[in-house]
Parts: sequence; structure tokens; C-alpha cells
Amino acid sequence: MLKLVNVKKSYPEPDGGRLPILDIPQFEVQVGEQMVLVGRSGCGKTTLLHTIAGITRPDEGQIFLDGLDLTTLSEAGMDRVRAEKIGYVFQTFNLLPGFTALENVLLGMTFARGRKDPQRAWQLLERVGLAHRASHKPTALSVGEQQRVAVARALANRPRLLLADEPTANIDPRNQQKIIDLIRQTCQEEGVALILVTHSVEVAGQFTRVDRLEEINRVTAVWAAVETPAATAS
Amino acid sequence: MSLLRIAYRSILQRSVASLLTMLSMALGVSLVVAVLSIHGVVAQSFRNNASLGYNMLVGAKGGQEQLTLNTVFYLSKPVENIPYTYYLEFLKQPQRDALQQHSLAVRCRELSEATLALAAAGSGLSGLVSQQAASALGLHVAPDTRAKSFFPPVELGRNGKYGLMTELAIPVCLGDYFGRFRVVGTTPDLFNELVYDVERQRKFEFAQGRNFHWHDPEHGYFEAVVGSTVAREMNLRLGDQIAPRHGDPEGHTHARTFTIVGILRPSGTPNDRAVFINMEGFYLMEDHAKPLESEPAPQEGISEQQQRDALIAAARQRAALQRDPDPEPLPVEQREVTAILLKVPPMFAPGLENAINEGIEAQAVLPVAVIYGLFEFIVNPIQYTLLVLTALICSVSGISILVSIYNSMSERRGEIAIMRALGASRATVMTIILLEATLLALGGGVIGWLAGHTGCWLLSPWIEEQTGVQIGFYSGEPALRVLAWLGLSGSLAEQVVLPLESVLIPALVLLAIGVGIWPAISAYRTDVARSLGK
Repeated sequence: MLKLVNVKKSYPEPDGGRLPILDIPQFEVQVGEQMVLVGRSGCGKTTLLHTIAGITRPDEGQIFLDGLDLTTLSEAGMDRVRAEKIGYVFQTFNLLPGFTALENVLLGMTFARGRKDPQRAWQLLERVGLAHRASHKPTALSVGEQQRVAVARALANRPRLLLADEPTANIDPRNQQKIIDLIRQTCQEEGVALILVTHSVEVAGQFTRVDRLEEINRVTAVWAAVETPAATAS
Repeated sequence: MSLLRIAYRSILQRSVASLLTMLSMALGVSLVVAVLSIHGVVAQSFRNNASLGYNMLVGAKGGQEQLTLNTVFYLSKPVENIPYTYYLEFLKQPQRDALQQHSLAVRCRELSEATLALAAAGSGLSGLVSQQAASALGLHVAPDTRAKSFFPPVELGRNGKYGLMTELAIPVCLGDYFGRFRVVGTTPDLFNELVYDVERQRKFEFAQGRNFHWHDPEHGYFEAVVGSTVAREMNLRLGDQIAPRHGDPEGHTHARTFTIVGILRPSGTPNDRAVFINMEGFYLMEDHAKPLESEPAPQEGISEQQQRDALIAAARQRAALQRDPDPEPLPVEQREVTAILLKVPPMFAPGLENAINEGIEAQAVLPVAVIYGLFEFIVNPIQYTLLVLTALICSVSGISILVSIYNSMSERRGEIAIMRALGASRATVMTIILLEATLLALGGGVIGWLAGHTGCWLLSPWIEEQTGVQIGFYSGEPALRVLAWLGLSGSLAEQVVLPLESVLIPALVLLAIGVGIWPAISAYRTDVARSLGK
């Protein structure tokens, strides 16, 4: 379903040169597959997720989603794919503070064509156990509740792929497992593929597939995704 | 959720900043409304002044504007007067004959006829009668020469030269003041006959009292009517006595006083700011009688003492006249008028105007044309100035929106990035920012419009009191000929008229888009990856 081929990404440096960040020869995720991506802080995990979501364009290579080469799309086309086929859960939740929980979920639908479905927004809030707090703004919710709303928002448009960037990093240990369970369960129910970035060994240990982004040349800071056995997250 | 709702929510999220921005815009719009209302009041006031009820002015030769300014608006000073007999030429026979009964010539002729009759009867008293008649007339000459040399012969039994072409002729005598207000000597016709608002058939109305009479049993010729502004400012009431000052607000005060018998209702015309006195009373005030052209030269052979005595006697006689509560009217020969207000049927107006202007005695002026000329000259520049001020006010308000939204952009980059990450296109976030600017502008505009008109409504009693113009909550003034403004012509272009305020809303939207475009472009350029954080 998702396939990255020779994807490279670098950032400009003050001296005019380029700093290579990503070098992904091959990376694939199947329909409905759930996997974990691990790696040291600053190793490019978020950049990889941004590149997959089209928030950042790769310097070269191809990214296929359901057979569609995302690198050939215009920016507006990529925006549409992101709105309709990719859900994103952030470490800092990134809920809009001026909007209620329900409105934050509806916001996810606003930018996708023909997806405005308040009923589904309610259902998702029910599924994450927050229907009774639908009219509350983020500041009135606990961090765990905020992340549950973010999960509901990410799934609002029935995406094909959910990208979760350290979704439990800011959550207390007791709620971490609840969030992971919620994400995995809802993705399974909806048939959504999941790429979850985490530093947690416990979390990574629950997945059958764990990929590590590994530094292969510290000087040039080139990173590659390599398949690793389970429970090796750092 | 619609983009409009997102913009609305975004405004609510920054409620204090948004409210302040809207208040700034509201202040701007309320000032715009005030400016437009002021213009409407000025224009209406000018129209009221142009709605005179007469269509021609006759006065001494000179500038048209001068005559119009001092006769219609009671501004400036009259240059010269015209003979009363010229005024008589605009009257029909009965009125003309009646007024000439006060002529010295008529009275002398009557006396001469009486003298002749007595002489014919051989009574020998003719000389005595003539002496008494001369004394009664206040003249110190031999009566048998006076009638021939002093008084031009009067023609009774005919219409005035322009009488048949004139519907209404009202004389006015100017020159005196009461406080800062002009005193106008005129006839009761000004309030009895003149329909000043032809459209609504309105005559000048009295808030209190009545019009002055030609001759009142109680007050004689000395009654006055005051305009509403005069009554208010000078704190005048019915029954009060007023004494005009001669020739200037600082001139000497006349001994003769007039009793106020009426106070006019505000009309929004210059008459609110004038004192009207009976013209007969005006003539009877000291220094208002025109010297006769053929006054006799000082007699030879009399001593200085005798001349001094004669002067003292004359002064005493004049003083006694001023104390007389009901003196005889001033003879026609000693009268002048400053101007004549004429109501002339339109078909006669051009011919009459030409006929008067070709003569040497007076000039005729069509005051409405002069007033509209003055309007173009005075009010239009004010209008343009006000419109420029309005535009500046709007620009300042618009800049406040720009500053508000732009300042919020740094804290909003994260939100914009989130929306972009959720699939919002650059155009979508740009639209949201523009909608936000538009909502702020419209919100402020509506608040300002309501505040401006509420202010006008609250001030309307005071405005009406000051100007006579009723504006209420919404006056719809000034108006804009939309099609003509767009360059079209024809009757349709003249007919399609919208209140100028109706362009305020589209103007505000355009302004909002204009000032919102900068922060919108900033939103458009937001670097999602950098602004998103983790």
C-alpha cells in the first residue's frame, strides 16, 4: 500500500551545501499493517513521516500510496491526498485551542471533499470515550483526553494510513497503554495501516514489526531504514 | 465545519484583540456615518434654504450673490436700497392705491384741493389752511410751492408696471440688528401668504403667539416676530420688548421698541435666525426715513441762534415722534426697501427678469440658481473634504485590522500548520484569513453603523433645534446615483439612487480583503514542517 523507493531528503546549510537527512532505499507498509519506527532523537523519524505525508517533499525518489506516486502530485493534489488518505497524530496533539473536541474532529473533515459527517465525528468521540466531553475545549481536557481527540480527528476521514509521531511521549505511563491500545484497535477496526514512531521499548515490544532508522555514516549523517527484530527499540 | 465557522472561531479565540479591532473599525464606521449624516444635514439645510417660496429677488444694482446672501441668508450687508415706489410697481391697483394714501403728494393734493375749494368759496382762509397743512407735514416752506417742487406726482388708479406679472411681492428692509441677529422689516404677508415649502405646502408656523399685524390696536405698528434660534439664544418670550440697533450689531440702540407677539417654529431656514418687525414700524424708527430730495436750503437772514433753535426744535420733534405710541406712517416719499421677494409665474419670470435688469433702478436675481451656484462653490468642496476624511478614517480602521491579524500571525503559524497537516491547501488557509478580516470588518461596520445612527438619533432633537433638519435614526442622506457614478447616462441613471451608506458594506469587504491579503499571504507561505513542531 505504501512504498518508498530511493527516497532522499536533505536540508540546506548556511554555507550553501546540503545536509543529508534521509536515505531510504526501500520501505514498504502493507494494507492494514501496524508497525513501529524507532531511532535516536533527531535521527529523522519525524522528517520521514513528514515526507510520507507530503508535508515535506523528498529531494529524490518515489513514494507510492495505493499505487499513486505522490512525488508527481502538485502541492494541492498532495494536500488532497493528505486530507483524504493520511491521518496524523502528533506528539503534542496539536488540537486547535479555540475549537471544541467535536469541532477539532470535524476540522479533520473540513478539508476533505465530501467527508463532512458530523455523525461519524460523534461516533469517533464515542469510540475514544469522549462523547460526553464533545463540547469541551482542549484546555478543559486532560492530556490523555486531548490525545484521544487527536486520534479521533486523525481517523475522521477514514484514512488508508495513520502516522503517529510519538503519540504517548507527553502522556503519563498509566494512560500511555490506553492510547496505544486505542490507536491500534481503531486502526484495526477501520483497516488503517499504522506507522508509529516511539522511543518506548514497551510500546515497540507490542508490535510484530519494528523498523529502526539507523545512522550509517555519522559524518555525512545519512540515515536508512532497516528492518530489525522486535523489541530492539532504543 | 465551514471555513466561515473556522474564521469565526478563530476570532472568538482571540476575543479581546478581535473586540478591540472591531471597536476600532466601529469607531471608524460611526465617524463615517456621522460625516455622511453631517453632509446630509448640510445638504438638506441648503435645500431648505433654496426652497424659498419665491423665485425672484429684486434689489439694488450690484452683485447677485451679495443680494442673495443678504436677502435670503441674512449674511453680508446690503449695498444700497431701492425706492419704495419701485416696490409699488409690483402691486396690483387696489393695494398700490391703498399704500399711496400715505404719500405726501396725495395728501398735499388733497390739501390743495381743499384750499382751492375754500378759495373758491371766498373764505380767505386758504392761506391759513396751507400753512397748517405744511406744519402738519413737518415742512418749513411755503405750502404753495411745496406740492410742485417736493413731491413727484403719484399715479393712482392703475396697476403697478409689473403688477399683472407678479403673484406675490413682499418687501424687506434690512440694516438693523438685535444682538447678532438681523432685523428684517417686512409685511405680514411673509408669514400669511408665503408658502416656503412648495412641495409640502408649508408656511412658516408659529411655535407661540401669532404673526404681527399691519396695525394693532394695542401695539400700533410696533410688533415683532422672532425666529426660533433668536428666541432660544436671546431668551425671548411673548410680550418682551426689543429695541434694534442701528446699522450694525454695535450700532446705537433705537429708542423705539417692539413687542414680541410671535415665536416661529424651527424651519431649518435662515428665518430661524432673524427678527421680523412690521415694516411700518421699521420706517418709523429714527434715522430710517429717507431725506426728501428737495429739502429747502437754510433760509437767509436768520441768526445763528435762530438756526440753533430750529435744529433743537426739529430734534425735539423727532424725539416726540419716537415717544408717540401710535404715530402716522412714514410718507411713501421717504421710504426705501432693501429688496423685494417676488413670486412670479414661471412663464413671466424670464421676461420680467430681463425687463428689470434692463432698467437702471434695480436688478432681478433668480435666487435658487445663485444658491445652487453657492452650493457648488461652498458645499461640494466640503463634501469632498468630508469624503477624503471618511476615506482616511476607513484606512486607519483598515490598518488596525491589518495590524491585529498580522500580529496574531506569529502565534497562529502553529494553527495554520496544523490545518495544512490536516489537508488544508494554501488557498484554504488564505481564504480563512481573508474571511476573518472580512468578519472583523463587517462586525465592526455593523456596530459602527448602529452606533453612528443611534448617536444621530440621540442628537436629532438638538440638530433639529439648531438647523431645523429632522434626521431621525436613518435619513438615507446623502444619496448616490449609482448608474451615473458608473458612467451611465439617461433617465434611468438619474432615477436609480442609493444611499451613499449602502456602498459602505461592499467598501468594508473590499477594505478587509485589501488589508487581509498581507497576513493571508503570510499564512499562504507558512512553512508547515517548521511551524508544526512535533
